Amino acid sequence: MTANERLLTVTDLAVSYRTRRGDVHAVRDVSLHVDEGETVAVVGESGSGKSTTAAAVVRLLAPAARIERGTIDLLGRDVAGASPRELQAVRGLLVGLVPQDPTVSLNPVKRIGDQVAEVLRIHGLADRRIAGIEAIEALRRAGLPEPEVRARQYPHELSGGMRQRVLIAIALVAKPRLLVADEPTSALDVTVQRQILDHLDTLTNETGTGVLLITHDLGVAADRADRIVVMSQGRVVEAGTPDEVLGSPREAYTKALLAAAPSLRGARRAPTPVAIDAPAALEVRGLVKDFPLPRSSGGGTLRAVDDVSFRVPRGRTLAIVGESGSGKSTTARLALRLAEPTAGQVLVGGDDVSHTRGSALRALRRQMQVVYQNPYSSLDPRWSVGQIISEPLRAFRVGDRASRAARTAELLDLVALPASVVHRRPAELSGGQRQRVAIARALSVRPDLVVLDEPVSALDVSVQAQILDLLADLQSELGVTYLFISHDLAVVRQVAHEVVVLQNGRVVESGDVEEVFARPQHAYTAELLAAIPGTAAHRPLVSASAGSSGTSRGGER
Amino acid sequence: MTRYLARRLLLALGVLWAAYTVTFLILFALPGDPVSIMYGGDSSDITPEQLDALRAQYGLDQPLPVQYVTQLGHALQGDLGNSVVNGQPVTRLIADALPPTAQIAGSALVLAILVGGGLAVVATATRSRRLSGFLLSLPPLGVAIPSFWFGLTLVQWFSFEIPLFPALGNQGFASVVLPAITLALPTSALIAQMLSRSLLHTLREPYVDTALAKGAGRTRVHLRHALRNAALPALTVTGLVIGGLLSGAVVTETVFSRAGLGRLTATSVAAQDIPVVQGVVLVAATVYVLVNLLIDIIYPLLDPRIVTGARRRVAPPTTPTARPASVPAPDRVAVPAGGSR
Repeated sequence: MTANERLLTVTDLAVSYRTRRGDVHAVRDVSLHVDEGETVAVVGESGSGKSTTAAAVVRLLAPAARIERGTIDLLGRDVAGASPRELQAVRGLLVGLVPQDPTVSLNPVKRIGDQVAEVLRIHGLADRRIAGIEAIEALRRAGLPEPEVRARQYPHELSGGMRQRVLIAIALVAKPRLLVADEPTSALDVTVQRQILDHLDTLTNETGTGVLLITHDLGVAADRADRIVVMSQGRVVEAGTPDEVLGSPREAYTKALLAAAPSLRGARRAPTPVAIDAPAALEVRGLVKDFPLPRSSGGGTLRAVDDVSFRVPRGRTLAIVGESGSGKSTTARLALRLAEPTAGQVLVGGDDVSHTRGSALRALRRQMQVVYQNPYSSLDPRWSVGQIISEPLRAFRVGDRASRAARTAELLDLVALPASVVHRRPAELSGGQRQRVAIARALSVRPDLVVLDEPVSALDVSVQAQILDLLADLQSELGVTYLFISHDLAVVRQVAHEVVVLQNGRVVESGDVEEVFARPQHAYTAELLAAIPGTAAHRPLVSASAGSSGTSRGGER
Repeated sequence: MTRYLARRLLLALGVLWAAYTVTFLILFALPGDPVSIMYGGDSSDITPEQLDALRAQYGLDQPLPVQYVTQLGHALQGDLGNSVVNGQPVTRLIADALPPTAQIAGSALVLAILVGGGLAVVATATRSRRLSGFLLSLPPLGVAIPSFWFGLTLVQWFSFEIPLFPALGNQGFASVVLPAITLALPTSALIAQMLSRSLLHTLREPYVDTALAKGAGRTRVHLRHALRNAALPALTVTGLVIGGLLSGAVVTETVFSRAGLGRLTATSVAAQDIPVVQGVVLVAATVYVLVNLLIDIIYPLLDPRIVTGARRRVAPPTTPTARPASVPAPDRVAVPAGGSR
């Protein structure tokens, strides 16, 4: 094994999808290769064809997809033209797949151990008993604690991170030469993401397994890959080592992608606050929220939010960060009075509204509006954009038909959407445009406070950057106050003035964003910061901001 | 498990009681009472005084709540009263009618599950688009065909043209075949429709891709991974159609002139034989409740996610949980904008 063997060679691959409006060419003339012991990252935005490329390598394309041209050579076998029977012999044995979303990629009605052992049984590598033992061993190698217990459990009894480890065990149990990992961690929290990727590195380094890593996250690619392939609109626009691609990007697209990627060194977007001692738009004191647990799991209560206090001065942005289950969304719901606090106070504009009901509560709603995470599901698909934006106006009986139409046009202009979209439906808009519609809707009744619940998590990085810019512009223009909920610290650093870090429902740290990020006082904050992709010590993103404003203010770590 | 069962059982009893009460009230609200049905009409050989005496004898002169409580008390002791047409105990009439109906309904159910299930599996597993399309067009047809027409056609062909089975009557196994097929037709169509839909949906689930990535073949993916997941909604529907089998028996037994619960229902409704109708409703409700109880018991065996209270979590997860499932993965499969699947 002196010279590294070539595992995978993709040459001039073209894949198209049949649609009612003709063929869509998702992948055009893509060539790439993976050698033994090498990790190759394919990076790009949604629709760049990166996932289609990955699916083609294991021939798990959607039914409407067709390989038009090109060859996929896996250790001398032609995958592109293989028969179903030949493919069965290749999948699992020569190439393993780690799918995108661990929460839905395991069969919910089969035990973990059986699902891992199945690979060995299919390929006749072990009998029932030995396959069971090897499955437990594979789970152990994948870093799952107590693999004997886990093997007898069902997927729903495991967390997302644990399920992804199970899927890694499935992919690696038959010791394949190549691993295809399609966004293996995009559905997981940052700290879990780092553990999983670290573990994948270790496992593949030991065995010399080649990895084709598909990711939309440049940080992940920079940290993990030996070579990076950048894809855009179905084509490879740039390829090379991380230093070549990220250090001195040649292509405009790569530069744009890099500039848009939130990192700890990118330019701040949050406008300079008007006055630090402005009156509080929102203040919460000692908020507590208990949820009763089902009796089947022993009863009792779960304290989702535990003694949370913070103050958001008018015209500023306060971010609440934390991982899933940290209580950040519940806190937002309490602040919006969408849920009843078990204890504590909510003050809006200085008035205690903790127990406001009826019409007073309705009036209060007008002062607080929300923008949700997923613009694909938070807009009624049957309504036109105009109807969506003017709904709060109609609900609060603001103005007449003509003035509402005028306000809608004004709002569209404010969020930089062309006036022509007013009659379109959400399905005809892109994700970024939809989120602009959601923001316009939130602003329609001129609220004092807008709660932004992960407003950019569902969007591509370049679109993220545009939306964050828009939010910052709106704040300096309208003086609106933001409560920004996010798990993404890089984004938080860009938009927030102050930050509250939540862990298990408790505030572990709070204060000025620059201060907290530069000198985290709590171990958990430091851990969250370290887990952000693109901050791996051995390979700093030297000129990540080369394409943007060129400055790198603060946050030097 | 015992607590889960106890709760289910209690609910089942509640349903039975509700069914009894509602039938009682509806039948009471109908014009005419059993006595005037028995002796009434235009025949004038019974004086109104005698009718009143009879009403008093049956307790029909009592106010509604009293009648209700007395009858419910009797029903609880297993006495459903007597037929007002022929004076026989309702329980006996039902006990006689139940076995022949159970025969055809049971055979029909087995047939429906085999044919419907088989059709769904073959239709979704085959590589041939033409075969799959043809098979998937059958269930709507099966639901649309009126069962009395289908029954008569069967009789025409397999009793008169080719005398394989008797056209009517209750004699032996041969007489079960044609009614069972007639009864199975709409039921199997429903099961096939539900299961094939469910299978097609399940086959698009990401865990099916995981199974394929393991190197599993089509058959294995179908039978070991998809079928068990897809069977759950089909199971619910099966529970519902068993209730439908009973009403189907009314038509089928009439067409084939078979004695049974269906015929008993038809005749007693026509004769306004209130106690018998009420007894039949109670039997139907009991069957329905028992079937659904059975399905509630089977469910957790098929799907471990349904917690019955007996299953404790072996060990809680130790790592933080994944973000909620509603979080969209940035690009699931990179179908470009406007791509259709």
